[in-house]
Amino acid sequence: MEEFIKTENLCFSYYSQDNLNKTVLDNVSLSFSQGEFVAVLGHNGSGKSTFAKCINGINLPTSGKVTVNNLDTVDDKNLLEIRRNVGMVFQNPDNQIVSSIVEDDVAFALENLGVPPKEMRERVDNALKAVGMYEYRMHSPSKLSGGQKQRVAIAGILAMNPKCILLDEPTAMLDPQGRKEVMSTLKKLNEQGVTVIIITHYMEEAAMAKRVVVIDSGRVVMDNEPKKIFCQVEKLKSLGLDVPQATQICYELKKRGYDIPTGIITPDECTAEIKKLLKNKI
Amino acid sequence: MLSDITLGQYFPGKSPIHRMDSRVKIVLTFAFIFMLFCAKNLLGLAVGIVFCLVSFGISRISFKLMFKSLKPIIPFVIFSAFFNLFFNHEGKKLVDWKFITITDSGIINMIFLSARIILLVIGASLLTYTTSPIDLTDAIERLLSPLKKIKVPVHELAMMMTIALRFIPTLIEETQKIINAQKSRGADFESGSLVQKAKAIVPILVPLFVSSFNRAEELALAMECRCYNGGEGRTRLKTSKVGKVDVAGAIFTLLFFVAVIYLNQYNIGKLK
Repeated sequence: MEEFIKTENLCFSYYSQDNLNKTVLDNVSLSFSQGEFVAVLGHNGSGKSTFAKCINGINLPTSGKVTVNNLDTVDDKNLLEIRRNVGMVFQNPDNQIVSSIVEDDVAFALENLGVPPKEMRERVDNALKAVGMYEYRMHSPSKLSGGQKQRVAIAGILAMNPKCILLDEPTAMLDPQGRKEVMSTLKKLNEQGVTVIIITHYMEEAAMAKRVVVIDSGRVVMDNEPKKIFCQVEKLKSLGLDVPQATQICYELKKRGYDIPTGIITPDECTAEIKKLLKNKI
Repeated sequence: MLSDITLGQYFPGKSPIHRMDSRVKIVLTFAFIFMLFCAKNLLGLAVGIVFCLVSFGISRISFKLMFKSLKPIIPFVIFSAFFNLFFNHEGKKLVDWKFITITDSGIINMIFLSARIILLVIGASLLTYTTSPIDLTDAIERLLSPLKKIKVPVHELAMMMTIALRFIPTLIEETQKIINAQKSRGADFESGSLVQKAKAIVPILVPLFVSSFNRAEELALAMECRCYNGGEGRTRLKTSKVGKVDVAGAIFTLLFFVAVIYLNQYNIGKLK
């Protein structure tokens, strides 16, 4: 498959005040193709947010290269095109909504890009419908719940028709209901062919992805399907990460000598296996 | 509660005045103010009052609100009326008793000044009652856009106003949170002298400022991610066009304007 986003030996370091270079990303070489659903995991300070910001050219690589659709992020001329193709959603929905009317906010990116009003209307409506916020188009964002605000923020990105959506802990500030809303929206979008790269702390969300990348101290330490990642419970724990609850239960059962397969990540799979176990017992 | 504060005092509605283009409304409001200062006699002033009342009636905003908007300026009106009445010694003396002198031109001046202030405030509040703040900033940007030629950053100013409006509820919420957090740790905002009360505000302001800066930084980043690069080449979702309502409103205002100018020739209660 065509590589859509590609990082080659990407290094990134901050210049801190005492003139010491703090290396945040160290030789990261990854590629993502069109239509993937990737979760990026890593504990606090592992460099995963920095990595996300490198992809759409907010952070420029100290060394190495990042290309989106074969456009280099270092070149200023490419930035607009890259950002139009890779939309980014941040953690705090309050800090990324610009206007006091939902539909005006969704239109913001399109206004910046100079889209004609008639086409804009259509794209704004479609984006709002895609995230299920069309009924709220005339509302003020301050009256919405966290999950709804985050969906508005996603719609604002979606209106640009990006090929990829990059989300930096989009559910960290939401309640379980809001988290569910956002994740099901993302899943739906991915089914429609949008590449989704989500940075998260929630293992249940990572389990929904088709590919999981684990970053630790600026290096990629694991990159595989969720099943193959989460069966390595001990390794994940040593990296300061959790596993989904379903995996945890199966892992504990296995440790206690029950015959249960590894690589279980969803609650449904878990219940099915436990039911099987119970049946065998009887 | 802090969160009850509404800015701009906008009352949504569907009246012809609500439906008018906000640019036209601003221009007509200024035309109305100009009309008030063109009126040179009591007849003209009466026309201004009628115009004001009719517009308010059309907007279907309750007259109670009209009086409410006047509340803050009452002392000012009384103060200026007082000075005009007692310290204007031109014209025919009507009362001349000890140190009190009231003249006819003093009375007329008083009436004019008070009426102009009151009508001006009513006219301006009708504008803010029927136009959402976001429409107002939009209209200001579009009305001032010719100034871009002389390098006035019109778009940037309008963008700042839009963002400020957007963040008012957010910051109010935040302030409330900080106040609660301080209170839960024993801060006292109610008792004490004025100086003590003022001092108690500092621990609210400092965290508020810090978080506002953080917000601003994140917002700037989010805006950049959405391809924001200044006002050049931008289009708009809502392109309000001047329609029938606007033409009707303009004609309506023009008629009153002509009436005021025409009535100026009469010598009834003429302003000197």
